[in-house]
This record gives sequence, C-alpha cells and structure tokens, in this order.
Amino acid sequence: MAETLTIGKALNLGLRKAMEDDAKVVLMGEDIGKLGGVFRITDGLQKDFGEARVVDTPLAEAGILGTAVGLAMRGYRPVCEIQFDGFVFPAYNQIVTQVAKIHARSKGRLQMPIVIRIPFGGGIGAVEHHSESPEAYFAHTAGLKVVAVSTPADAYWGIQQAIAAPDPIVFLEPKRRYWEKGAVDTDTAPGPLFGSRVVRGGDDVTVLAYGPMVKTALQAAEAAAEEGRSLEVIDLRTVSPLDLDPVFDSVRRTGRCVVVHEAPVTLGLGAEIAARVTETCFHSLEAPVLRVGGYDTPYPPSKLEEEYLPDLDRVLDAVDRSLGF
Amino acid sequence: MTALQQTTEVVDPVPGAGAPHLPGQPELVQLLTPEGERVEHPDYALDVSDDELRGLYRDLALVRRWDVEATALQRQGELGIWASLLGQEAAQVGAGRALAPDDMAFPTYREHGVAWTRGVDPLHVISLFRGVDQGGWDPVATHFNLYTVVIGAQTLHATGYAMGLQRDGAESATLAFLGDGATSQGEVNEAMIWAATFAAPVVFFCQNNQYAISVPIERQSRVPLYQRAAGFGFPGVRVDGNDVLAVLAVTRAALAAAREGSGPTFIEAFTYRMGAHTTSDDPTRYRLASELEEWKLRDPIARLKAHLSRAGIADADFFASVDAEGDELAARIRQGTVEMPDPAGTEIFDHVYAEQTPELARQREEFVAYHASFEGEGH
Repeated sequence: MAETLTIGKALNLGLRKAMEDDAKVVLMGEDIGKLGGVFRITDGLQKDFGEARVVDTPLAEAGILGTAVGLAMRGYRPVCEIQFDGFVFPAYNQIVTQVAKIHARSKGRLQMPIVIRIPFGGGIGAVEHHSESPEAYFAHTAGLKVVAVSTPADAYWGIQQAIAAPDPIVFLEPKRRYWEKGAVDTDTAPGPLFGSRVVRGGDDVTVLAYGPMVKTALQAAEAAAEEGRSLEVIDLRTVSPLDLDPVFDSVRRTGRCVVVHEAPVTLGLGAEIAARVTETCFHSLEAPVLRVGGYDTPYPPSKLEEEYLPDLDRVLDAVDRSLGF
Repeated sequence: MTALQQTTEVVDPVPGAGAPHLPGQPELVQLLTPEGERVEHPDYALDVSDDELRGLYRDLALVRRWDVEATALQRQGELGIWASLLGQEAAQVGAGRALAPDDMAFPTYREHGVAWTRGVDPLHVISLFRGVDQGGWDPVATHFNLYTVVIGAQTLHATGYAMGLQRDGAESATLAFLGDGATSQGEVNEAMIWAATFAAPVVFFCQNNQYAISVPIERQSRVPLYQRAAGFGFPGVRVDGNDVLAVLAVTRAALAAAREGSGPTFIEAFTYRMGAHTTSDDPTRYRLASELEEWKLRDPIARLKAHLSRAGIADADFFASVDAEGDELAARIRQGTVEMPDPAGTEIFDHVYAEQTPELARQREEFVAYHASFEGEGH
C-alpha cells in the first residue's frame, strides 16, 4: 500500500510495526511515553503497548544504554532514543566500550541487537548541543553499524530493518527533515539497510550525501542541470559499513566526486570516502575527490548556521572546482 | 556550627584510623568473629550443614591457591597481568554461593572467587590475563557475565538484565559486583537510580577493600558506603567481608528479597585487598605495612579453619586433603597455562559483528594473504 508520510510519521509507524512483529522490542528514552518524544516520533506507542515496552527512563543517557545492554543479554531488542545528538556523549562510554565490544568479547555468545536512534544535524535554529553530526565517532568504532536515512520510505523500512538486525546500530534521523513528505510503499522494502543508492543519474560529477544532505545534493543537481551540468547523486544511506561499489561504478564514469556532509570535514566520512575512491578509482579520476562539510569549529550559534552548513551553493562551488581541475 | 564543621564531623580524617573501619561495630553483620567464634545476628540467621561449612572452606582454600599460582605465573612471564583477590576470598565465595543457578552475576575483573562458585574453569579466567582471549568463558551457560574492566559499567548491565527478568516474570535476580572506587562513577549511581525506580531484582555487592588502586576510601565517600543506599531509596547493609558465613547470609537474604519483588539492596562487604591492585602495582608506596598486619589477623580462611577445628567439624585429615587438592589444582593451572595455545590471528575479524561486513571480510582476506606471503621465507 502506498501512503504519503512525513519522515517523522514513517518512523512512528515503522516502530509500531516492529513492536507488533516482535514482543521483545522495547523502546527506552527520555519523554518518549506520554509526551511521545520531543519530536513525537513515539507518539501513541506507550498508550498502545504499555509502560513496560515504551519506557520513560530517568534522565541519564548512560543509564539508558547500560540497561539496554542488560536487556539485550536477556533476549530483548532495545530501541534507545537519544533526545538530541549532543546528548549522546554521556552514553558514549557504554556505546563504545560495552555495546560495540560485547559480541566480539563473547565470541558471538552475546548479541547486542540495540538500536540507538539519534535525531542529528542542524538547521533548526536550536541552542548548542542540538545540531550536531556525531556519525564519525561511531563509524570509527569497530562493532557498531551506522545508518542515516533521508526519505520517509527509508525511515519506515530502515527502522524495522535496524531493529531486526543482530548488531548494534546507530540510527541517525535527519531532524530538520522530520516534517518532509514522501511516498512510502508499506508492502515492499526499498532495499537492504546497508546499501547505497543512486537517487539521480548523471554523467559529469558524482555527488555523495546521506541524511539531511541528500535533499541538498538533489537541489544542487537540479540547479546544475539548468546550467547543462549533469550530476549523479548517490544517497549513501549507510555510513558504516560503507557501500561504495555503486560509488566506484559512478566515479569510473564521471571521473569526479564530491562528498557532502554537515559534520566537520577533518577526519569526517568524506575523508575516508575520498581515500577509498582514490585507492579504487585512481586511474579514472579527473580531479581530486572534494569535500563539502561543516568547518572545524564548534557548531555555531543559530544565526550563523546557514553559513556553516553546506547548502546548494557550496555544493555547486565544489562541483565547479572539480570540473575546473 | 558551620556547614563545613557539620560535614567534617562524620568523616574519619585519618585513613584507616577510625571506628568505621573496624569490625565488631554494631552495624557490621558478623556471624564468625576473627577468632573463629560462631556468633548469632538477630536479622541474619544462617542454617548451614557441616558439609556446607567444609565446602565453603574448600572453596576459600582452592580459590586462594589458584590466586597464588596465577600471581606466580605472572612473575614468571606466563601472564601479562594478574588481579589478585588475596584477602577477599570470603566476600566472593560467600556472595557466589548465595546465588541460585538461574541468577546472573555481573563481575568486575577480580571476581575469581565468584567465577569458581559458578563453575567457570580457572584456565578460562587465566586466558584473559594471558592475553589469548578478551572474554574467556560462556557467560550464558555459566550465568557469570564476562569480566568488565571499565569501572562500574557492569552495574547498569545487571540492572537492565534484572529489568528483563521482571518482564519475563522470572523468579531470579542479578548480583552486580563493584568496588569502593566504583561508587564514585556516574554509571553506578545511575544504576542505583534505575534499580530503585523500577524496583529491579538486582543486588549491588560492593567489596570495599579500602583502596581504589592507591586512593583510600576517604577520597570516594564522606559517609560509610552502605548508607548511600538510603539516598536511592533501598536498604543498605554492611557485612564483615572476611566472614564467609555472614556474607552468605546477607547476600542470600538480599537475593531472596529481590526475587520476591522487594527491589534492590546494597551490600557493602567490608574487607581488605591484602595484595597489590594488580601485579603491576606497588602498594608499599601508599599504605603502611602495619595496616596489612592488622588485617592479617582477620584473615577469612584462618577464621573459618579455626571454627571448623574448634567445633569438631573438620580434622587434620580434611585440611590435608584440601591442601593436596589445592596442589593438584595449581599444577593443572600451571600446566594448562604454559600449554595454552595462542589464538589464530584471523580470530580478531570473526566476531566483531553477528553479520560480517564486506569491508571487514576484505581486511581479513588481506591479513591472510599478507601472512601467507611470508611462507617459505624461513620465518
């Protein structure tokens, strides 16, 4: 069945479906019960599934992740909501030293099917710690997987796929796109969770993005087309593991690659992608892989965030530099 | 009186010098005096058979023998490091023997005595300290979680597991081990908040061995640790950690209450780390020899031996047979350690994920190919 849903509503329905399908799914987080979460992603779920399955936790993020570990050991599938990206750090110890390592330490005797939902990225005019892009910290940690959705369909299906997966997954939700609508086919998944996807074909430059920047990249491609430039846009969808075979195929054709993300460029995902594209497509490249991202500063006050965040013009500027090389 | 004076009044300013540190004070639950005299406590009756008493002695003696052997193996270069439990045998064996088979224990990295009571092979524990494994045993089959080195992190796991037990309607509990230093960790405090809020069937078993490596308990707490529980809203009890009978009785009672739905208990097992923090540590830099001598008089094994002898529960033949069994155990540990094979290099890739990633599979292939490239070169 095809429905038009916002990303937020698609997540809500996806969570509901996952809870209906598996009684071991337990949602945990701050204000996720009666309030339905500060973004209302869990709206109505506590009413329908009860307080034992939609747990309003004490206000302590390490506690959320640490108790999720114990629940996972007992056979549950905890879905932890971190209220905002900047508040994941109190839980960082549990995520990195415990959640990520327990499967390896136990030689697979203990699985950690924990989903860590994080609304991430900027653009909502918020105060500090509410606009961050922490994906590289998690992608750098062996034992974790990291995905970033960009569409309602991926939100609906991705959250279910992540909950059903046996490994711990940091599930990044593009908070400034929560209210954007799109078609969702609730009968058929749009593909596997850990796969990138060409979302716009093109021949001149390959543009890579994930999460909130996919829309920006598509806008840039639209604008470029008016100037007669053909951009191929790939939604990476998964940040760890990266699925770069479609990227390599594309870059071998275009010879040019631009990576876009909100996170600071230094040691961000773009750096890793640039290295791998260079290693694999060296002889096809007409220009160095270019990165468009946040600056290496703390996330700025909201009056300056438009200057900080990559937008259509900064993507096109990188495209120009790539083509002019 | 100023606020500062009020605060300092409850503090013992001289480490180890004040009354709260000495067994025999009213709040310390004790069933066996340091001299081995059996005493009763109004709240903690303990019904143990002579067989069980001999069994507890055997546990204590064998665990210490294992520990001594492991320390020796480290000194001889066979282990990378060893965290000795010397002096804490009664706290660990008493707590471990209080567990029911389906209860789940969450140890730190020093709970070799609890491992013993859960049937974990000492060589599996040794494998961690030898550097051939990051886990060592099956935590599901043994109901004994893997050691947790990050201080206090396991208290949250125990609490979450207990919440799972609640949801399953299981009549079991978890036992979360921690040390005095861990009580300063935020995660431990979060665990106690969670446990209290959800009335989770978890017992916090804190071995206060007086030191967090070198830092004395006075730097962790301005009040006796067991009194902290009141602030979280559940009972706290201080037990003589060198009295295996008292520890057994107190832990049994706390686990029973947890299983019955009465929520958590905090147990402070008042004990002393008679050895170094680990084989890499030098305790002479931070504590006096006289303090150690004082605690030797409260040795957990000597006092049970005195009781068994005096009460006619065990004779010289029994003690000789335990000694002989200890020597056999030590020999098995020694042989098993030196013969323990190194793991295959490819093992590091194989369990990072339940579903292997293409990138890691590729790195594994590269690793194999790289090492294969040296074959036939006389390495």
